[in-house]
Amino acid sequence: MSERDARTAVDPTAAQDVAATEVPPEILAQSLGEYLRGWWLRVRGGNSGVLPVVLAIVVVAVTFQIANSKFLSPQNLVNLFEQSTVYMLLAMAEIFALLLGEIDLSVGLVMALGSVVVAELVQPTGADWPWWAAVLVALLCCAAVGAIQGSLVARLRMPSFIVTLGGLLILEGVAILVLGGSLVSIGNSRFSNEHVLYELFWGTFDPVVSWILLAVLAGAAGTLLWLRDARRRRDGLEAPPRSLTAMKIVFMAAAGIAVVALCNVNRAHFGTIEGVPYLIPIVLVVLGAWSVLLQRTRFGRYVYAVGGNPEAARRAGVSLPAVRTWGFVLAALTSGMAGVLFASWQVSLTTNIIKTANSYVLLAVAAAVIGGTSLFGGRGKTIHGVLGGLVIGGIYNGLYLLGVASQWIDVVVAAVLLAAATIDVLSRRGAPRQA
Amino acid sequence: MTEGLKGASGDGAEPLLKLRGIDKHFGPVQALFQVDLDLPAGQVTGLCGDNGAGKSVLTRCIAGVHQPDHGQIYFEGQPVHIRSARDAAALGIETVYQDLALADNLDIVQNMFLGRERLRHRLLDEDSMERAAAETLSSLRVTTVRSIRQPVASLSGGQRQAVAVAKAVMWNSKVVLLDEPTAALGVVQTRIVLDLVARLRDRGLAVMVISHNLNDMFEVADRLAVLHLGRMVVEGPAADFDRQSVVEYMTTGGSGGRPVEPAGTASGEG
Repeated sequence: MSERDARTAVDPTAAQDVAATEVPPEILAQSLGEYLRGWWLRVRGGNSGVLPVVLAIVVVAVTFQIANSKFLSPQNLVNLFEQSTVYMLLAMAEIFALLLGEIDLSVGLVMALGSVVVAELVQPTGADWPWWAAVLVALLCCAAVGAIQGSLVARLRMPSFIVTLGGLLILEGVAILVLGGSLVSIGNSRFSNEHVLYELFWGTFDPVVSWILLAVLAGAAGTLLWLRDARRRRDGLEAPPRSLTAMKIVFMAAAGIAVVALCNVNRAHFGTIEGVPYLIPIVLVVLGAWSVLLQRTRFGRYVYAVGGNPEAARRAGVSLPAVRTWGFVLAALTSGMAGVLFASWQVSLTTNIIKTANSYVLLAVAAAVIGGTSLFGGRGKTIHGVLGGLVIGGIYNGLYLLGVASQWIDVVVAAVLLAAATIDVLSRRGAPRQA
Repeated sequence: MTEGLKGASGDGAEPLLKLRGIDKHFGPVQALFQVDLDLPAGQVTGLCGDNGAGKSVLTRCIAGVHQPDHGQIYFEGQPVHIRSARDAAALGIETVYQDLALADNLDIVQNMFLGRERLRHRLLDEDSMERAAAETLSSLRVTTVRSIRQPVASLSGGQRQAVAVAKAVMWNSKVVLLDEPTAALGVVQTRIVLDLVARLRDRGLAVMVISHNLNDMFEVADRLAVLHLGRMVVEGPAADFDRQSVVEYMTTGGSGGRPVEPAGTASGEG
């Protein structure tokens, strides 16, 4: 604080000179050094971004690779990503609640509801719906659960902790009722609807198609990013330096090439399984859609405002109940998507799903917080869910490879969650706050 | 005499915002009695008063948070009813509350446009908002911020106040009410904010500053108005007052040598 005051204490005299040039040069942080300083300011302000979680991913990768040389093999990496996707989606769901300064404990059970509904609806001996209708209805059911929970939180101002805990317990019963107590399977490839559902998780693109898709995607994303930054620089707006934009694009392309190359290695013990799993574009589409929603739309801006300072948002004319309710609807909808993937992943569902779903609630919060989303609202991005999910998936996968007992795995994951929450609390305390 | 001069340089004789006979009570508590107040364009009016004098209630009546029980508010000579903050904003009346109402996690541009975001193709038009915010800030000579894309959490107290003021004047506002703008600020920070207030006046806005700090008041205000126990005990050009008389008005509702119009509450000698 005193250092900050000292800095502004010097400023007023300097400010007069600066004012003459209309736009102060500080606003156009052009050099890489300036930009990095600005970034450091944001880190100090509590927006540490993705840096800690990227470090965590590196630590996980290096540690497990040393312990077991199979960890970073192409087979295991693809496997690891597949296992992480459900965590990723649940974390992206949880982020909507966390950004609002709330918590959603029901994401796991909403996922279970989505799973059992979609699986039941495509049963050829039962409802026998087309797969897309089943997916749609499953998602709608989940969104409806979110709307009810969200309304209770937003309009009655009940604590979200209690509302979603109640939702969790009710959904345990509902999921078992829908399941009818028996085993439901979607593994029979003779029925096309079951097969499509199965392919969502297990299907892959042809290796050649994978490369073409990557070229198109990376080309489009790179061009858009470059043009946007160039336009902002031209208009004298705040933009990263050209070198940083170029680095970002090169890094993106390299990462894409690495991913496709890894996926195109044959990872089957017998026969061939190769190519990019459908899961990757599915995760990317959800990530992209929710990122645009949160970063580029008015609704997204209000989510951050409500999480940061509800009173300021209210005075600015933001409808707090509407924003909060929609936040919970989106969380439940995303959990429903996780549910569809979970059904596809598990192939057959039993009442064990309740136990799994319950354990996923904590993993969802853990993935979001490890990814860099604050527990106190207003800070975090959808990408944090993906990266945090990868860390959780990596820890699970690595410890299984080492043959560690599952109770110890839970201890490790919980320890990592506590470490991430500690960082969150400390960075919040480090942030300068006025009375 | 100074008032006549200032008035002529502003909007003629008619003040931009005029309050006449404002009464407000909350249950049995009468917060404002028959309050008259003028806010001329191009002038800073300082509203003084001890705790509980009714400064905040009066401000909220103008800002649309409270509705007066009796009395009339005139805006540009026309009687108006301000029923909500939205009504006030539509007239061009903006209030900067003491808590500033900034979201710490949003950056300066996002805060300045909160609730009034510009859209393009249904997405936020960040470029245009950033440009407008930068223009407003540099026209107010708020140039001490490192970057207008830094979160408000990383700003100093004076900078936060400056952002809150810039947010208020961004919307072609004509009247700006500032609630304790210099409370909790250091000497240098206070300087920045007072300069900012002076610039608002130079732009021709009607500014009302509420403050406990008489130093700041005398430094920046063209006119002073003193509330005592809900009554407007005196209102006039700042040059007609000295520190001693203002303190007496604030504490006793009257002043030694001066006659006071509503002689009701003054308890006698002062």
